Amino acid sequence: MMIPMNKFHRLMHVDVPRWLLKQNLQAPFFSQAHYLSSGTVAKSSSVPRICVVGSGPAGFYTAQQLIKGHPELEVDIYEKLPVPFGLVRYGVAPDHPEVKNVINTFTKTAQNPRCSFIGNVCIGKDIHVKNLLQVYTAVVLAYGADKEKLLGIKGENLKGVYSAREFVAWYNGHPDHVDLPVNLDGQTALVFGQGNVAIDVARMLLKSPDMLKETDITPAALNVLEKSQVKNVTLLGRRGPMEAAFTIAEFREMTKLPSVHTDLLESDFSEIAKIVDSIRPPRKRLMSLMCKIAGMPNSDGSCREFRLRFCRSPVEILPSENDQEHVGGVKVMLNKLIKHPSGKVTSEPTGVTEDIPCDLVFRSIGYGGQTIDEDIPFDLDRGVVKHERGRVHSMPGLYCSGWVKTGPVGVLVSTMNDSFDTGQTILQDLNDGILQPSEKHTGKEALLKQLGDKSTQIVDFDGWLKIDKAEISRSSDSYPSPRIKIVNVDQMLKIALT
Amino acid sequence: MAAPMIRFSAEGLSCKMCALRSFCSAFTSKKYRNTSQKQTLRKQRVDVVSPSRFFRTASGPLLHGEYEWEDPKSEDEVVNIVVIDKKGNRNPIRGKIGDNCLYLAKRYNMEIEGACEASLACSTCHVYVHDDYLDILPEPDEKEDDMLDMAPFLKENSRLGCQIILTKEMEGMELTLPSATRNFYVDGHVPQPH
Repeated sequence: MMIPMNKFHRLMHVDVPRWLLKQNLQAPFFSQAHYLSSGTVAKSSSVPRICVVGSGPAGFYTAQQLIKGHPELEVDIYEKLPVPFGLVRYGVAPDHPEVKNVINTFTKTAQNPRCSFIGNVCIGKDIHVKNLLQVYTAVVLAYGADKEKLLGIKGENLKGVYSAREFVAWYNGHPDHVDLPVNLDGQTALVFGQGNVAIDVARMLLKSPDMLKETDITPAALNVLEKSQVKNVTLLGRRGPMEAAFTIAEFREMTKLPSVHTDLLESDFSEIAKIVDSIRPPRKRLMSLMCKIAGMPNSDGSCREFRLRFCRSPVEILPSENDQEHVGGVKVMLNKLIKHPSGKVTSEPTGVTEDIPCDLVFRSIGYGGQTIDEDIPFDLDRGVVKHERGRVHSMPGLYCSGWVKTGPVGVLVSTMNDSFDTGQTILQDLNDGILQPSEKHTGKEALLKQLGDKSTQIVDFDGWLKIDKAEISRSSDSYPSPRIKIVNVDQMLKIALT
Repeated sequence: MAAPMIRFSAEGLSCKMCALRSFCSAFTSKKYRNTSQKQTLRKQRVDVVSPSRFFRTASGPLLHGEYEWEDPKSEDEVVNIVVIDKKGNRNPIRGKIGDNCLYLAKRYNMEIEGACEASLACSTCHVYVHDDYLDILPEPDEKEDDMLDMAPFLKENSRLGCQIILTKEMEGMELTLPSATRNFYVDGHVPQPH
């Protein structure tokens, strides 16, 4: 199907520069049939064909760098789900729509004739990495860090204990997590962890659900949040305020939430207040903001409270007195901070414990990396692929990008820089002849035929655009959200493939 | 986005695509604290708007980044700047009054991202502004500073490209794109722990 460029950008809500519109170009849309019928596109043998595993920011930014840096190279982006964009769709909070603007750039990359999106294909299951290496000049692992990290303490299985990662995926409508049985009847929630995910959890619990109505949160999650009884959310950190991982924008947003009081203990900040002027950016501004707020009373009578407490490690999750199967509190160890000559600050237990009553516990101690294929050299301790500047150890032609390479840390800009770096490494290896495109590198053609024979249903970017359109059209005047996400894979496939 | 919005923000409209109303008001209220400057700029902008700008977007203003694709209509509105890329090459760019530096640099294929499309939700358009021009720029507002705190290799003269809107006073301004890859570390740089 061919759609004139000047019409399709209006149709698909993508931003196309005016000069491009004037060219009256035809945007190619590959249907599944087009994919599967081999020989429809004349292919030159010298074209490098690169496979990217994962369609989140790491995958798309790597693809972007590769396409930009080589005039002929082709990229195929594989995705486990039928829909692209990874954590931009399923991790970024619904009330941060501006962050999701990056989807417009990714859409442009995906619609480049040299780029293909291949959704609903699970690498490591449907196709193995070693099969990919046979038909691609290079393979880039960019599948992120999706593993659950446990606290590893007693009581973690009690009702009312949630993983922040799952909670985020739940309110964002991830097909694997929409059925999470979230019950917010309790008043007090405790979050282990002080990163931006922990702040997201706190904000979703404390923000008035009315303010979430015009977001793309799932209607089911909104319904649960509307009935929520949560009044207090406390974020616990192992170390001190200086070591908190959240960024200033996220923290400041909490301090500005209507009817929410941010409660910081003055005693936690008395030492920092003395040295705040000598703290180096970027920590300086966050610390001075926290020092300013510390000790402030809830003078405007806010009915909900957001608290930060420091130097506390989880020891045990305690059952409730009324219901032995439900959480009733946590036992924490009080820590003291040890400053090492390298500047690193670690925590050491003091031996003193404290019991904190609560009705809900969220663990937000980071994402964990995992291997998707036993052929990949993987550092299990660090949860990352073993690599050197993006080149995977002892696997020529295999590269890595994003969280699977760096570990699950950093904001979008870090993943972007890192993905560009891997892209550059591959371009350099092509240039140096370390990577040799050959006739054997047929790319997706043979693989998709093989998958088609196994009756795997493949969703291309055109298929995603149909899902996208369907989601946008599901919102209405009575439910004015930008989209109502389709949360069921079968339903996605039905829309994409008809 | 920012540039065309100056005109429309007065009527309470916002960018058609991203509906960033709050950014729109922040832009006009904070960036142009000096009312006379704001009015002058607005007047100049109206002068250069031609009816053809509405050709494809009859129902609203230009989409962000489109204004920067228009060439200056006269020498009076030309603002020349220099963008120093990651390799250290100097790229002279002929911009015009009201151009947003992010979109202008993108037009000339500079390696600058702008992932959030000038909505102050990322720091992927981080640039260093030459010290001589730092004071000419309106002070960064709180949101810009908050985003800059996440930028790798933050310096005193760091700014977000999407918040720099060209005025005649910025003639000759030098913007340097930061080298933010790991290669940088090889040169002996130690990333700040945080």
